[in-house]
Amino acid sequence: MTGFPTLFYKEVLRFWKVGFQTVAAPVITALLYLLIFSHVLESRVQIYEKVSYTAFLVPGLVMMSLLQNAFANSSSSLIQSKVTGSIIFVLLPPISYRAFYMAYMLAALVRGLSVGAGVLLATLWFAPLQFAEPLWILVFAMLGGSILASLGVIAGIWADKFDQLAAFQNFLIMPLTFLSGVFYSIHSLPPFWQQVSHWNPVFYMIDGFRHGFFGVSDVSPWQSLTIVTTCFVLLSLLTLEMLKRGYKLRA
Amino acid sequence: MTPAIRVQQVAKRFGSVEALAGVSLEVPQGEFFGLLGPNGAGKTTLISALAGLVRLDRGRIEVMGCDVVADYRNARRQLGVVPQELVFDPFFSVRETLRIQCGYFGIRQSRKREDWIDEILANLDLTGKANANMRSLSGGMKRRVLVAQALVHRPPVIVLDEPTAGVDVELRQTLWQFIRRLNQEGHTVVLTTHYLEEAENLCTRIAMLKAGQVVALDTTANLLRRFSVHELRLKLAPGIDLPPELASRARHKEGVWFIAFDQYSEIEPVLGILRANGGGLEDLEIGKPDLEDVFVRVMHGKEGLPPLIAGAGASAASPGHLEVAG
Repeated sequence: MTGFPTLFYKEVLRFWKVGFQTVAAPVITALLYLLIFSHVLESRVQIYEKVSYTAFLVPGLVMMSLLQNAFANSSSSLIQSKVTGSIIFVLLPPISYRAFYMAYMLAALVRGLSVGAGVLLATLWFAPLQFAEPLWILVFAMLGGSILASLGVIAGIWADKFDQLAAFQNFLIMPLTFLSGVFYSIHSLPPFWQQVSHWNPVFYMIDGFRHGFFGVSDVSPWQSLTIVTTCFVLLSLLTLEMLKRGYKLRA
Repeated sequence: MTPAIRVQQVAKRFGSVEALAGVSLEVPQGEFFGLLGPNGAGKTTLISALAGLVRLDRGRIEVMGCDVVADYRNARRQLGVVPQELVFDPFFSVRETLRIQCGYFGIRQSRKREDWIDEILANLDLTGKANANMRSLSGGMKRRVLVAQALVHRPPVIVLDEPTAGVDVELRQTLWQFIRRLNQEGHTVVLTTHYLEEAENLCTRIAMLKAGQVVALDTTANLLRRFSVHELRLKLAPGIDLPPELASRARHKEGVWFIAFDQYSEIEPVLGILRANGGGLEDLEIGKPDLEDVFVRVMHGKEGLPPLIAGAGASAASPGHLEVAG
């Protein structure tokens, strides 16, 4: 794994140096969502018994921020390096494709977890949270973050221009995360949209994550774990294959 | 002894463009080797293939005996590449950039590592900028950092892809002084440049590429000898133009016209044309050709340039024997 610790450190340092933009800003955005949605819906919506709407919303927002920032980190780092040409600094050294993947993926996961933790801390003031089964919280945070970090690597390698990456983010990542049950339970949806939601892997990440807080969820956490783990394995294999072939990185 | 670089029948195509069409060459250890050619000749593609940035359609390349595909990690450890484009990572300072580059090659934090970084910084006149962010550096300074990045892991083979393009004279001198020293210490250096004077002064051997093929490969001295045409250097009075029949054969540089010739008998017809057009000759000098002449002749192909004066020696422009590889 020559080069892995340095590439990982460099990627963490990269987002940490602009922490206001990469960590603080998404925390504030999540806080605004919480203030607006809880103000409008707190007295009108009750999803689980003995769980206020604001408390229900917090894990969803934490996970959504975690996922979106994990994706943003690996994808933006790669596209910036490609566009500016500085990607050459990581292509010339003897870094294996596995080390390359692990470094970008884990650094993106660190950013996702940092933002998620930030949102959780900032929102603790607004709703009393339970931590019914904390292991599920950890497992889904890690797996969900790793999946979106891997998707970020794929998008960063695939995109040649910033607008292609923006399209990937706006037409795939945003709908998947927003329509995954962050703001509602899928049981409140019409049957057709309930079915559609079951094809969205992000739904399982958020539902499993939320189960860790309240001990209740829309589907069994074991089912969510199976689906999320399968997604992670498949995406990791795809990313590793792209890197091994040098897809769009080595002509 | 294992050659520093061995390129065997290397071919690469980008769509309809044949960037490399069966290139073969060897660079012995310790050599200062020049890779010359016009834009699009395949120099950067060859260097990219050497560095593993381009995957070959055919052929193989070894660096210090390590295959750049099968044994890519060891091959890359042997190689330090200064890329042609002025690229940098805007998040880091110069010292951070160099430390990170060390880490990519598995060189851990140590006093020895810091001393080497300090030595490189001093040799490239970067000490004062060590803690400056990369974004704040001038183009020339950024170029120096690129050179420093290529050297942090003390590679036995250093490849410089047009390192002095667009940089001031001072940097060129500093850079060549340092690279010469590294070469004397045993590092193999491969250089591509558009400044043929640099190549002539620095390189012991030169390969010329044209349309993805090696069209000349020899020591610099032999190339100059084989193309041992002479050169007439004419300085004309202000306002006087070289007659068109001579201008088509000549090149112009800093107010002096250069006309290549093989035999002294070719001089008189040139002077005759000048006289017939009103004279105006201020200065005349006969000199040996430089690498620029050799380059122009080689790039015109085996047929060479047309004779200086029609009928004044059919073999006048024969480029002589070329060691053609690939």
